[in-house]
Amino acid sequence: MSDASAPASAVSKQRRQLDRAVVRFAGDSGDGMQVTGEQFATEAAWAGADLVTLPNFPAEIRAPAGTLFGVSSYQLQFGSRRVYTPGDRLDCLVAMNPAALKVHLGDLKEGGLLIVNTAAFEQKNLDRAGYRSNPLTDAALEDRYRLHKIDITRMTMEALEEVALGAREKERCKNFFSLGLVSWIYTRPIEPTLGWIGRRFAKHAAIAEANIRALKTGYHFGETAEIFTECYGIEPAAMPPGVYRSITGNRALAWGILAAAQRTRLTVVYGAYPITPASDILHELALHKRFGVRTFQAEDEIAAIGSIIGAAFGGAIGVCASSGPGIALKAEGMNLAVMAELPIVVFDIQRAGPSTGLPTKTEQADLLMVLHGRNSESPVVVLAPATPGDCFFIAYEAIRIAVKYMVPVVVLSDGYLASGAEPWLIPDPKTLRDIPVKFRTDAEGFFPYLRDEATLARPWVRPGTPGLEHRIGGLEKEHITGTVSYDAENHDLMVRLRAEKVRRVAQEIPPTTVNGPSAGDVLVVGWGSTYGTITAAVEELQQEGKAVASIQLRHLNPLPPDLGQILRQYDRILVPEVNSGQLVRILRAEYLVDAVGLNRVRGLPIPTQEVRETIEQLLRDKQ
Amino acid sequence: MSHPAGETTAPRKYTKKDFESDQDVRWCPGCGDYAILSAAQKMMPDLGLPRENIVFISGIGCSSRFPYYMNTYGFHTIHGRAPAIATGLRLARPDLKVFVVTGDGDGLSIGGNHLLHVLRRNVNVTILLFNNRIYGLTKGQYSPTSELGKVTKSTPMGAADRPLNPCAFARGSGATFVARTVDRNVAHMEETLKRAAQHHGAAFVEILQNCNVYNDLAWNVLYDRESKSLHELRLEHGRPLLFGPVDDRRGLVLDGPTPRAVRAKDVAESTLWVHDETNAWKASVLTKLAPPDFPIPIGVIESIQEPVYEEILLEQEHKAIADRGPGDIGALLVSGDTWRIG
Ligand code: SF4
Repeated sequence: MSDASAPASAVSKQRRQLDRAVVRFAGDSGDGMQVTGEQFATEAAWAGADLVTLPNFPAEIRAPAGTLFGVSSYQLQFGSRRVYTPGDRLDCLVAMNPAALKVHLGDLKEGGLLIVNTAAFEQKNLDRAGYRSNPLTDAALEDRYRLHKIDITRMTMEALEEVALGAREKERCKNFFSLGLVSWIYTRPIEPTLGWIGRRFAKHAAIAEANIRALKTGYHFGETAEIFTECYGIEPAAMPPGVYRSITGNRALAWGILAAAQRTRLTVVYGAYPITPASDILHELALHKRFGVRTFQAEDEIAAIGSIIGAAFGGAIGVCASSGPGIALKAEGMNLAVMAELPIVVFDIQRAGPSTGLPTKTEQADLLMVLHGRNSESPVVVLAPATPGDCFFIAYEAIRIAVKYMVPVVVLSDGYLASGAEPWLIPDPKTLRDIPVKFRTDAEGFFPYLRDEATLARPWVRPGTPGLEHRIGGLEKEHITGTVSYDAENHDLMVRLRAEKVRRVAQEIPPTTVNGPSAGDVLVVGWGSTYGTITAAVEELQQEGKAVASIQLRHLNPLPPDLGQILRQYDRILVPEVNSGQLVRILRAEYLVDAVGLNRVRGLPIPTQEVRETIEQLLRDKQ
Repeated sequence: MSHPAGETTAPRKYTKKDFESDQDVRWCPGCGDYAILSAAQKMMPDLGLPRENIVFISGIGCSSRFPYYMNTYGFHTIHGRAPAIATGLRLARPDLKVFVVTGDGDGLSIGGNHLLHVLRRNVNVTILLFNNRIYGLTKGQYSPTSELGKVTKSTPMGAADRPLNPCAFARGSGATFVARTVDRNVAHMEETLKRAAQHHGAAFVEILQNCNVYNDLAWNVLYDRESKSLHELRLEHGRPLLFGPVDDRRGLVLDGPTPRAVRAKDVAESTLWVHDETNAWKASVLTKLAPPDFPIPIGVIESIQEPVYEEILLEQEHKAIADRGPGDIGALLVSGDTWRIG
């Protein structure tokens, strides 16, 4: 595919083969950097590359133009081998204004490609970015990087001269010029973007025309301008055959719910209160009423979880999502579901905190909260997806477990998975495990808390079933009968039964996949979105012959039954987390292993390089 | 699944007994809650609904023990959250008849936000708010309906905050049915609860209730025989607003927007204010009437028809399915941009 779209007139220019590249588009919030990045990712995927993306945008909706905090960026790594992370250091940076240059230049590799829009380097913008003088006149910049100073704004305006649009609207097309240029540099096909523009602006012919022209002008500029002496080819990656699409974690969570709704034929009530970065799930589900998913935008986080508990009591699947601040408010609701033993699923799209924290940045610091942040003994099942695509399977699995065990299930996603995208091998929904739904209808021998022997689940009864009228609630229940009980021994028994029921979910966990040797010097244990970083670092070291392996936990409560055995096969255990050390505490307490943490809490994924260096340090310590 | 309540099975004949659960009732002896329970159980057969299609949902507080004593489906939930839980249940199961039982603390303090929104959305639920003007279960702190200056355990020198008027709150929240009744008048309670239960949309009933342990005779104005004869105003749709002893009837007239109490015999009957349940402006004035200058209105203050939240959502769902067929995850997964490898 990449060959077919190679520029015909580029014969005089050299095409160098790379096996991967890291590109970042950065500009003002209003510069369209997210769209540019998403489209470039689509082009890269079309050409068969594997890739991982990292969108990064300010919390402010319309941050003041030209400011440092108003900079928005989109990074991706794409390559001909498996790509696990968006990359640490940049091969190419596109900076649409001085603020973007200032914020991002530090991440560009020495000798890396630096493309700047000179039109934006005027005094006002330089002042806002805090530059005393124009950095583009600094010879050092040219010495360190392959700097391309291009008046992207002017070239875009000239290309659009004949298009019937106002100057402002024309100016806004400049991101497509940049996209066209970078598409040429990395020999990515622009067809998918042409198609996207056509669909997106179907009702605005002039805007569609302008964006297409800008895109093509940028592409041809790369081809013809003498300043670009080479371009880069990246072979298609050896990926499993099949039909692929791009998917973000939030959309995958939503679609996992839809898959479960269709499989079970149950109504789904999705209760939500708007919160970054979880709201996209609500938006997505609201589009799919045809699946019998009823979305409820509640008055607050508490009502959101209340509504799904009511739905579960009514025999529907109740799902809600929030982020840390909202999950804190849902604690009492989760505890009612623990006590009433009703199947609900709560997605926590973790963000950086505490309090409001950094709403658009990622973190993994809610693990201990969802495990222990409720009054009294409150066991719930906790799952964590490893990649955006995995969110689909985890959402489905969460519903399956909740219904089978009559238990609340929490899914820990995060901001990075939520908006990050990856090429995803589309699964056949028929291959998903069945979700058996059994409603009790027989009044003979019915007791609300008479448990299933294998799962300890209590019966699920739909109100409307004659003869099974019964009352439940948040007060402690008598074993079997479910009537209110203040008996001391009964309470002790019920605490144990609720915990045992969650422990039995371990029956559902498949054997842990170990990436690497089954015994060795270092085992890296991760959970959630660190999967890519850890796998990339470990595979690099494995290629150098190091006895290093990794596992990624998708089940955090209960933990996989084979975990203890696996941990004992390695000399050192390293647990990288985007928190101050939460899973590492659990592993030390549960298994009495001397696990050590690698903890970075910057609102961003941990760089692969830092994981790699920490493993190397552990290997050196051993010698 | 979305047929209205009552159509799932052939109607059965019930008696009060069919709605009594086997649980021992645990309210304090003499508590007004007993009478409310009895009135509700007596009223239920009149609704003509299969018992299994009825759900009582409550929050926390003395009143919230109510579901345990009703032989229907029941859910005793979290402090203040019953309206939210009931909303989710109605969304999932619009075929069920859902009641919410709450109190002045549960519904107007910790759960004020949820009560506001269930009324605003006009979810089809019947809300019974037991107003005893005190926190009973936590042993006697003042509540959001306690009067200014009220001396309680938590306010030894008197409450410094002004009380909330539940019916005015409900109206302000957009309730489509607002009524008030008293625990000492079982017949009136039965009638009012029945009207509320039959309302299409969110129905709100304030039940003036006696907590004989922590706030005895808070509603004595309507208990004491003489005081009651002076202060109880029975609302009846289409009838003039008359109250007071038989030998000295009083009436209400409206001077522009301002109500005035007059001697009935001093004015022509045609000048008296005639109760109209569908008149929002007059209902708003009615909620504000209180002694010493005015009587306390008892009965249905307002009853109007507005679109019901969950019915609109269901219509949208039906339309989406009618237009494009039921959802198909296989088709959704391959929709939009896809590409083949290998
Ligand atoms: S404390 Fe008051 S309201 Fe509660 S049960 Fe006793 S008398 Fe009734």
